[in-house]
Amino acid sequence: MVESEEIRIGVYVCHCGLNIASVVDINKVIEEVSKVPNVVVAKEYQFMCSQPGQNMIIEDIKQRHLNRVVVAACSPRMHEPTFQKAVEEGGLNPYLFEMANIREHCSWVHEKEKDAATDKAIKLVNAAIAKARLLKPLNVEKVKVIPKALVIGGGIAGIRASLDIANAGFQVHLVETRPSIGGNMARLDKTFPTLDCSQCILTPLMVEVSRHPNIILRTYTDVVDISGSVGNFKVKLLKKPRYVDATKCTGCGVCVTKCPWTAPSEFELGLGKRKAIYFEFPQAVPLIPVIDPEHCMYFQKGTCRACERFCPTKAIDFNQKPEEVELEVGVIILATGYSLYDVAKTMPEYGYRKYKDVITGLELERLVSASGPTKGHIVRPSDGKEPKKVAIILCVGSRDEKHLRYCCRFGCVAGIKHAYYIVSYIPDAEVYICYRDIRTFGKGYEEFYERIRNYENVKFIRGSPMEILQDADGSLYFDVFDANTNRVVTLRPDLVVLETGVVPHTTFKELAKLLKCSIGPDGFALELHPKLRPTETSVDGVFLAGAVQGPKDIPDTVAQAGAAASSAIALMSKGYVETVPYVASINEDLCSGCGICQPLCAFDAISLVKKEDGKQVASVDISKCKGCGVCAAACPSGAAQQLGFSDDQILAMVRALTR
Amino acid sequence: MVENFEPNIVVFACNWCSYAGIDLAGTSRVQYPHNLKVIRVMCSGRINPVYILEALANGADGVLVTGCHPGDCHYISGNYKTRKRMLLLDKLLEQFGIEKGRVRLEWISAPEGERFANIAKEFVEQIKKLGPNRIAEKLKEEVEVV
Ligand code: FES
Repeated sequence: MVESEEIRIGVYVCHCGLNIASVVDINKVIEEVSKVPNVVVAKEYQFMCSQPGQNMIIEDIKQRHLNRVVVAACSPRMHEPTFQKAVEEGGLNPYLFEMANIREHCSWVHEKEKDAATDKAIKLVNAAIAKARLLKPLNVEKVKVIPKALVIGGGIAGIRASLDIANAGFQVHLVETRPSIGGNMARLDKTFPTLDCSQCILTPLMVEVSRHPNIILRTYTDVVDISGSVGNFKVKLLKKPRYVDATKCTGCGVCVTKCPWTAPSEFELGLGKRKAIYFEFPQAVPLIPVIDPEHCMYFQKGTCRACERFCPTKAIDFNQKPEEVELEVGVIILATGYSLYDVAKTMPEYGYRKYKDVITGLELERLVSASGPTKGHIVRPSDGKEPKKVAIILCVGSRDEKHLRYCCRFGCVAGIKHAYYIVSYIPDAEVYICYRDIRTFGKGYEEFYERIRNYENVKFIRGSPMEILQDADGSLYFDVFDANTNRVVTLRPDLVVLETGVVPHTTFKELAKLLKCSIGPDGFALELHPKLRPTETSVDGVFLAGAVQGPKDIPDTVAQAGAAASSAIALMSKGYVETVPYVASINEDLCSGCGICQPLCAFDAISLVKKEDGKQVASVDISKCKGCGVCAAACPSGAAQQLGFSDDQILAMVRALTR
Repeated sequence: MVENFEPNIVVFACNWCSYAGIDLAGTSRVQYPHNLKVIRVMCSGRINPVYILEALANGADGVLVTGCHPGDCHYISGNYKTRKRMLLLDKLLEQFGIEKGRVRLEWISAPEGERFANIAKEFVEQIKKLGPNRIAEKLKEEVEVV
């Protein structure tokens, strides 16, 4: 639109049946606004939103050559889109439209004050006209979405999300930092409350991932850089060397058997050993071993090479180097999961890592697992004997102001399941569960709790131990005040199991920084809205699956992964995203490059750039800008403006209302 | 109190929570004084303190700024910025000789229609007690002196 073009405004006042007309004197409004400069048409109608009402606007735009339209009716939150469409149909840019809310903000709230309401309506319409005069056409841009997804994290959340997206026909890059996918769930023996074997439900999905034609599995790989925005993210990955040629390896495992060197197993949480060349765990996907140079004699001393000698397919490659991989994807799903709270460091009173027989719940899972370090025998790490008295302590670090304020959401039921493990494997054992509250919110959890609570040899003590101590003979003991009986109980357990709190996975913080997505006060990823947009982040096109957003049990994790996947699929199948029309824009002539606006932007949409002439100016990435206008409000020179809500437009309204 | 004084009050409301809350007062037909007139912005973080000063300089008797409750801003943190700006503005107003209480910040969420109406009533009462805003006249005088 040419600046000098004469502004021709059409004003339409709606009766809304009697909703407005019974309070506001419509004719008076028409009479008043007709006198306002630039208003060439002022009309009233029963129902402006109806087809005849809209046609009136369309016809007038064409015949009376209107170039701005004001409708005084209900809330713009109700019918702004309706009228914008009509304006567009009339041949105008839809943003050359302004609405005055004379129903919700006037006739409905001043029912008994007709004169005052009429005056107010006139003022509101005047303000809308004042703004309309200054409206500029706005554009909504379509940004293409690359139909590929990146899923970060190969636990159950990442697996589920990847499969859902791949099944919808889109390509997925699934990145996992460990040599195998599976995540924490692969460590579990059984899952509550149904006591399904965890491996039995997880490994088929892992295999499906590895076989899926749409999934490119990238294990032992880290994300090192992410740039771009929704629809077009550029991702840099670093593939760590396995020293095994994946194209030649058949996963026969001869190398592992022949390797003479051992190290503590990461997967077994240090409870068992692995070789210097090892599979993450027997059912690892992909089933390709990794050499750990720190424990490999060849890397340390230049000798051995046993694996190389025995490998039937000549797959060992000591010369492998880290490899950079670059990807372009349209959407990203964060599924990095959780790590256990470091209680050894933060809660020395529990003696974890100090006393061998104080273990975590996750470690107990490994002791129970048939493929675990003890082949499924529950024994004490200190002497390999079967424990007869076991204390399970809930909420270790959770719901504790000094540690983690939040609930871990699975510790209670996991603890109950652990009690079940112990009494079912060692029938004459006694289990004491020290708890603060038992939280069994999930489906079937309360029933499971009740079932275990009725076991004679499982006792519940309401209280947490102050400190776990060791006697001269090496046995552990602690006092706990039982709030149910008001008595201090002294326990001498053979084994103590800590149901520790959970924290975001160690890799998450770095990733959040790369992505510039918000982190909540608890350290987990902050969802866009806790109720309505629980899988979205502050960064468009980045979705959350599972415990990255907050502690979650498996059912919730899987449900959220599905939700994140469908959000990603929706974006990709639509094929484009629309930018917000009300974005920020910088007048480079006015911009002094002071940079005040940049850190204020919650969406990282503003950067400072050097122009050819050397001048530094702010620049807005409209694919990231969400249109809040925070930058514009802070700009000291008026260079930053929000389109559709510019200073002159808002000030014109202010003046119209204060005249 | 000046008799029959009907204050003119400008309200700024963010589109997502506060405007919706004010709409709800309407949908639920909760009655409140007609003195308030709303200007919609997308986020309370868009409200440049200059708008408030402009309103007062033009003779508005009061300005009510509304936004989502802390933590609820549709744009994550716009309202925190609003809060900071309003604190600064408070000090500035004092220096200009504008009575405290003419400008107010309230968090209004979408279901708080009734609460908005109550705040509106209360605010109108408060402004009535303060009397008309004389700053516009004062400004004019000052300009003449200069
Ligand atoms: S959207 Fe309401 S204050 Fe930011």
